[in-house]
Amino acid sequence: MITLGDYLLVSAVLFVIGFAGVMVRRNLIIMLMALELMLNAANLSLVAFSRFRVDTIGLPNYNVQVFVFFIITVAAAEVAVGLAIVVALYRVRQTTDIKDISSLKF
Amino acid sequence: MSPFLFWIFALLTVIFGAAVIINRNPVASALSLVVSFLGLAALFMSLNAYFIGIIQVLVYAGAVMVLFLFIIMLLDLRAEKGRQINWVASAAGLAVALILLGQILSVISHFGPAHQPFSALPRPTSDDVQNIGATLFRSYNLPFQIVGVLVLVATIGVVLLSKRETR
Repeated sequence: MITLGDYLLVSAVLFVIGFAGVMVRRNLIIMLMALELMLNAANLSLVAFSRFRVDTIGLPNYNVQVFVFFIITVAAAEVAVGLAIVVALYRVRQTTDIKDISSLKF
Repeated sequence: MSPFLFWIFALLTVIFGAAVIINRNPVASALSLVVSFLGLAALFMSLNAYFIGIIQVLVYAGAVMVLFLFIIMLLDLRAEKGRQINWVASAAGLAVALILLGQILSVISHFGPAHQPFSALPRPTSDDVQNIGATLFRSYNLPFQIVGVLVLVATIGVVLLSKRETR
């Protein structure tokens, strides 16, 4: 029997993979992909909770699914802006490695 | 959904998610991300969230991944070979991630509802697009329009950012 905890476990593992990707990888594009993984892990646990909390007439909680819809929209906009910044940066510095971009580093 | 299918798709999602950050070639990472998102869409559908699953395939596996692949090929990124790995920094990052994982797992194991199975739905939810649409336009009409403005602003911002400066 699949419980809510199993979905939360998958979500947690996926989130930690994305987090490790942001911490370990030094390539801006891979870091953006890892950010997407984290957002999707959050979506998975939200949808699992939506299915778990069945309301009185026997439907899943659709407020949560609308929230996930908003998250997906905002994530798509964020990826578009992030990749545009990467392209603008590559035009100036010819690199996507964050080791070479340290002007603002303390 | 049967437990067998659940674990198949969960493993698919997690293994290819790990492949995203392990691969050194950005194209391989992007293609692993597609497979991971497809597994995640299957998990959404197993939770009776058909609309979210289809949106996941269309927006992430479709649009966002085309954007990623397009940028990778536009920038002509090679696999990062010559760079030496900073082992201390990588080990510290992995350690922080593992501590976070342990903390989340301990929270889940102490969370009572996590051990209960899902209750059965008395009615089929195959018309969940209608239900989501009703919720979206009745209860969340203003946020929906704000998100529309956000997407417009993002579009204008991307065009401005990627425009070549002509002076």
